[in-house]
Amino acid sequence: MSEKILMKGNEALGEAAIQAGCRHFFGYPITPQTELAAYMSKKMPKIGGTYLQAESEIAAINMVLGAASAGVRAMTSSSSPGISLKTEGISYIAGSDVPALIINVQRGGPGLGGIQPSQSDYWQATRAAGHGDFHLLVYAPSTVQEMVDLVFLAFDKGDEYRMPAMILADGMLGQMMEPVEFKEREQKAPIEKPWAVNGHKNERPHNIINSLYLDPHELENLNIKRFEKYKRVIENEQKSVEYMTQDAEYIVVAFGASARVAHSAVDMAREQGIKVGLFRPVTLWPFPEKALKTTVESTKKYLCVEMSMGQMIDDVKLATECRRPVEFFGRTGGVIPTVDEVFGAIKKLGGGN
Amino acid sequence: MEVIFKKPHALTDVPFHYCAGCTHGIVHRLVAEVIDELGIEGKTVGVSPVGCAVMCYDYFNCDVIEAPHGRAPAVATGIKRALPDNVVFTYQGDGDLAAIGTAETVHSATRGENITVIFINNTIYGMTGGQMAPTSLPNQVTQTTPYGRDVNTAGYPIRVCELLSNVDGVALAQRVAVDCVKNVNIAKQAIKKAFQNQIDKKGFSIVEVLSTCPTNWGMSPVEALQWLRDNMMPYYPLGVYKDGEKGDRLK
Ligand SMILES: Cc1ncc(C[n+]2csc(CCOP(=O)(O)OP(=O)(O)O)c2C)c(N)n1
Ligand code: SF4
Repeated sequence: MSEKILMKGNEALGEAAIQAGCRHFFGYPITPQTELAAYMSKKMPKIGGTYLQAESEIAAINMVLGAASAGVRAMTSSSSPGISLKTEGISYIAGSDVPALIINVQRGGPGLGGIQPSQSDYWQATRAAGHGDFHLLVYAPSTVQEMVDLVFLAFDKGDEYRMPAMILADGMLGQMMEPVEFKEREQKAPIEKPWAVNGHKNERPHNIINSLYLDPHELENLNIKRFEKYKRVIENEQKSVEYMTQDAEYIVVAFGASARVAHSAVDMAREQGIKVGLFRPVTLWPFPEKALKTTVESTKKYLCVEMSMGQMIDDVKLATECRRPVEFFGRTGGVIPTVDEVFGAIKKLGGGN
Repeated sequence: MEVIFKKPHALTDVPFHYCAGCTHGIVHRLVAEVIDELGIEGKTVGVSPVGCAVMCYDYFNCDVIEAPHGRAPAVATGIKRALPDNVVFTYQGDGDLAAIGTAETVHSATRGENITVIFINNTIYGMTGGQMAPTSLPNQVTQTTPYGRDVNTAGYPIRVCELLSNVDGVALAQRVAVDCVKNVNIAKQAIKKAFQNQIDKKGFSIVEVLSTCPTNWGMSPVEALQWLRDNMMPYYPLGVYKDGEKGDRLK
């Protein structure tokens, strides 16, 4: 089983979800996540699972709400405009403390935007994935292997904390082929879900899954309690990867596809003797502020590289408390930054050009 | 002593919050009686709407989930696909089912989702204070049609049972009323059939119940029932619009 196979990112996401025990997929077609839904439509009927093409992303996310509330691992996938439609359901899922997986294979926006890769849904994923006070777990893979590993983690952590999780990928990762390994994983007993609405069998009081609280004090208390849970998530679930940061004077901060480009640019700069490293957040929420903070003392400047007009840069400034300058380089609208461009931006940090 | 009238087990002890004379209460009771009679409370999952019946999760003794406005059939679809041997029903008002949730309604019906839908048509948005509903009658005065519903600008009322009777995934589409004892009995039989169809895996079953909203109609409960007979029944004829099983017209 533990051999490497060549797989497209989107298909690897689907296979990982199936291996993580997900048997309920609800989707609606959109580029560039197409192959994921197609993969599920091929696999699910063969393993007694559900692939359902809904009438809209709104319906799909609400089917996820229903299935996940019934106690099973359920998921949906889409790309940027479709995720906007799902935000209503995501808010209800979060407000009902139900775990579920949402995958966003991002494309350029706003509006209908384009179909090329983008990272411009960072704010939406980490700040405003729907109305109200809530958070999602947000994971940002940067290789196909990591797409696989993070799907397992997202399901496990979602169940553990009873909250929705999102994989924030993009069209480049979704379309790209890379070797992946589906490691043997120890068989964990499925987590108990005594809160599920699956019929009380005349053995327990009826369960209610709900997000309506007309008494403002009750709602306030519930939100406070949920944010205590989020505090534990922030404390325990931050993930990041560092490359050549040990002696770095400059640090490039990038996630997902842009981190791949930044990685090569760091190599190029190192060859020229520039002491630069890469800090790659793997969790976008919770943002890996603890690890980034430890770099502040030894770092002269940060460079945030994103496929957007600059969104994660807000979190970099917050995490570093603006104690060092944070420069930005980004391409947007579906344009992928080149290694040379990022290298150029790194050179500028030291005043070069 | 012989008990001749008692609260169905499928209803909790929580008092209804509905206005005096509101027919939501009658329909709740009928649904609960049917759940009792079929002995399915332990495997039933209800889906509550956004509307006056939003808090029916407190009233039904089975497991219940509260759906976003209009999305109950999608939520029910998710539950039913995860738990095909359970019984899943939605309870929805006309704004919920026939305006914001039209797509979810039509497409769960088209898929022949094996669920039961209880549809309360009271020609108005009750919970938000009496605005025009998709089912408001021509010339009906509501908060947002103060001069009466002008069909030239506000369009025509939607007839849900007629519409869904053309959808092949539907097993049962029946319109009933709860304005008198005779009709209440017919309504109960229809609701029972809609649940039995699900147990028999026949497909999507909907019972549309012509109901009153005395509060927002600005009438006494008795006047409201008469208004229902005089105005709603001619536009929304009672009867069975489809009775069979999904796909039967294609056989
Ligand atoms: C997305 C969204 N839009 C609007 C509302 C406000 N709202 C609450 S109930 C309701 C209408 C309910 O009317 P109906 O479905 O006819 O049920 P009734 O109250 O008459 O039983 C509306 C518009 C909401 N809660 N959510
Ligand atoms: S507002 Fe109308 S529908 Fe709502 S409880 Fe009162 S009478 Fe019933």
